Amino acid sequence: MKTRSIASLLLTTALSLAAAGVASAQDKTVKIGALSDQSGLYADLGGPGSTLAAQMAVEDSGLAAKGWKIDIISGDHQNKPDIGTAIARQWFDVDKVDVIVDVPNSGVALAVNNVIKEKNGVYINSGAATSDLTNAQCSPNTVHWTYDTYMLAHTTGQALVKAGGDSWFFLTADYAFGAALERDTTAVVTANGGKIVGGVKHPLNTPDFSSFLLQAQASKAKIIGLANAGGDTTNTIKQAAEFGIVKGGQKLAALLLFLTDVKAIGLETAQGLNFTETFYWDMDDKTRAFSKRFSGKMKNSAPPTMVQAGVYAGVRHYLKALEALGGNPHDGVKVVEKMKSMPTEDDLFGKGEIQPNGRTIHNAYLFEVKKPSESKGPWDFYKLVGTVAGDQAFTPLSESKCALLKK
Amino acid sequence: MQALYAQLLVGLINGSFYALLSLGLAVIFGMLNIINFAHGALYMMGAFVAYFLLNLGGINYWWALLLAPIIVGIFGMILERTMLQWLTGLDHLYGLLLTFGIALIVQGVFQNYFGSSGLPYAIPDQLKGGMNLGFMFLPIYRGWVVVFSLVVCLATWYLIEKTQLGAYLRAATENPTLVRAFGINVPRMITLTYGLGVGLAALAGVLSAPINQVRPLMGADLIIVVFAVVVIGGMGSIMGSIITGFALGVIEGLTKYFYPEASNTVVFVLMVLVLLVKPTGLTGRAA
Repeated sequence: MKTRSIASLLLTTALSLAAAGVASAQDKTVKIGALSDQSGLYADLGGPGSTLAAQMAVEDSGLAAKGWKIDIISGDHQNKPDIGTAIARQWFDVDKVDVIVDVPNSGVALAVNNVIKEKNGVYINSGAATSDLTNAQCSPNTVHWTYDTYMLAHTTGQALVKAGGDSWFFLTADYAFGAALERDTTAVVTANGGKIVGGVKHPLNTPDFSSFLLQAQASKAKIIGLANAGGDTTNTIKQAAEFGIVKGGQKLAALLLFLTDVKAIGLETAQGLNFTETFYWDMDDKTRAFSKRFSGKMKNSAPPTMVQAGVYAGVRHYLKALEALGGNPHDGVKVVEKMKSMPTEDDLFGKGEIQPNGRTIHNAYLFEVKKPSESKGPWDFYKLVGTVAGDQAFTPLSESKCALLKK
Repeated sequence: MQALYAQLLVGLINGSFYALLSLGLAVIFGMLNIINFAHGALYMMGAFVAYFLLNLGGINYWWALLLAPIIVGIFGMILERTMLQWLTGLDHLYGLLLTFGIALIVQGVFQNYFGSSGLPYAIPDQLKGGMNLGFMFLPIYRGWVVVFSLVVCLATWYLIEKTQLGAYLRAATENPTLVRAFGINVPRMITLTYGLGVGLAALAGVLSAPINQVRPLMGADLIIVVFAVVVIGGMGSIMGSIITGFALGVIEGLTKYFYPEASNTVVFVLMVLVLLVKPTGLTGRAA
């Protein structure tokens, strides 16, 4: 039995290598699938904006003029892992998609990760937060752009503990992402001498947080850590203001906050919040130029979020790797290896690299939400408080449990 | 124990929204025999109208409480005149499908232009802040929501169950032909009733705008729970839906305290139990 399976493995490998060899040099067709939450609580931070970002990356690559044919399709995973994996399977089996990008919602992202590995596609994740994608569940087919829970914990979380926030209560979204963010932040808090006094897990997409906030208030913790995202975070922050939580002396730690969340909360309530992102539209001339083009094409004229920026940068880098290969080998592992071998550089994230575990390393920025009086435009929300170098912000390779590192 | 009081009060606040929304649904179902799936979308429109009034017209919250239900109510009456009225006498399923379709279209249009994360709407200055009740810090606005919606609920109940107009309405539901023979314009009364039900939804929308985000999907998230409330209370029963609305808010609040993971399923578990024991709902009359 064993010899037989090894033999069949060798045979299929040989066949696929042969097929790849034939295809590589000439084939200049690429199909990109943008898989996201298109209408739910994460749709504004990813969604249609991520598809647009992928389109802009294709246009800006200039590959069409060099004879490449690149198509983009998009899908709505509705924050359900079963729907996400079904779409991914169909894309690989029927639509012959080469690469899946974005995929916010860690639960869906991890499920899709397995499908892409099985189908030997390429996975450029920008939307999901879980650090497991490049740690315990890393895959040779996966590149994780933009951010992850380890980074959030080691920037925002660490800064708060060092500023005296040594007792924490967690409000955690009850799925893979919330669990990962709580786990990574807990590690930072305890390592820095703080303690966790309690926590509550709430269902994803909860409209009313008052019950949970009262529990947080009663815990007397100095910091209420929000291990949730999107609409859940905006509702929590808004309702915490209502219940006088910040005025009562407790501090909210918005561990993950996006530009669109700040817009939704309004500066009046959001002012003074500290958080971390790896991209903001108003960083320099290059990001402003890109954002202007981007918002011109968005229905609600929104500038890109960091997730959408990550989709753009990821697709640009992917196409650079394909160009360097001289054609599309339709072999995920091979393409990702090429992507890892080339340093990353683009207008949005600057210079960086992709580590062997698939983690993209670039700067992370600590921001503070401006006061209403400081804001000069409809999306002028952030002031830069500090910059953390990529190698300080993301998981050091020595701590990573990724199996790819043990070769 | 103190924490428990706080959870009870918080549950009552959420119950106010359930009560207002399920009341509108009960009125519409009781009088028109339509399962109004567009209710959530109309609730959302109420919140958006309040947002527009404030940001485009500078019209404050108090006027929005009055104007938004009227504006959305008129929209509802147009829907009734142009589409729903043709479904009279047909199976419930047709009304359900039509209103569900309307909900999807309305939500889609709003989502297209305003995204999904929503827009902020500030609490009016007069209701800002809160008071310390000893066992909890009660935001004044939340207290206002409970009191105001209770008043509106009881007024609606009085209007339908205790006044001349209400008597005509109930008679028209039982036997439209006979009521017409008395010289009462039944179709117009039906239209106005639909407008009233829709207006209640819009009113709930305005009330919730400062608490939740003004979001295109705010109604879609709520409507399923509200339907469960109506089913538990008994389809078409006015008082049943009011009481069940408040009661389920409290039960949900307690679940959030004792077993938060189940907080968004507890209502449906109850619905199953009630349907098993009393298929017409707690206060429903047999069909």
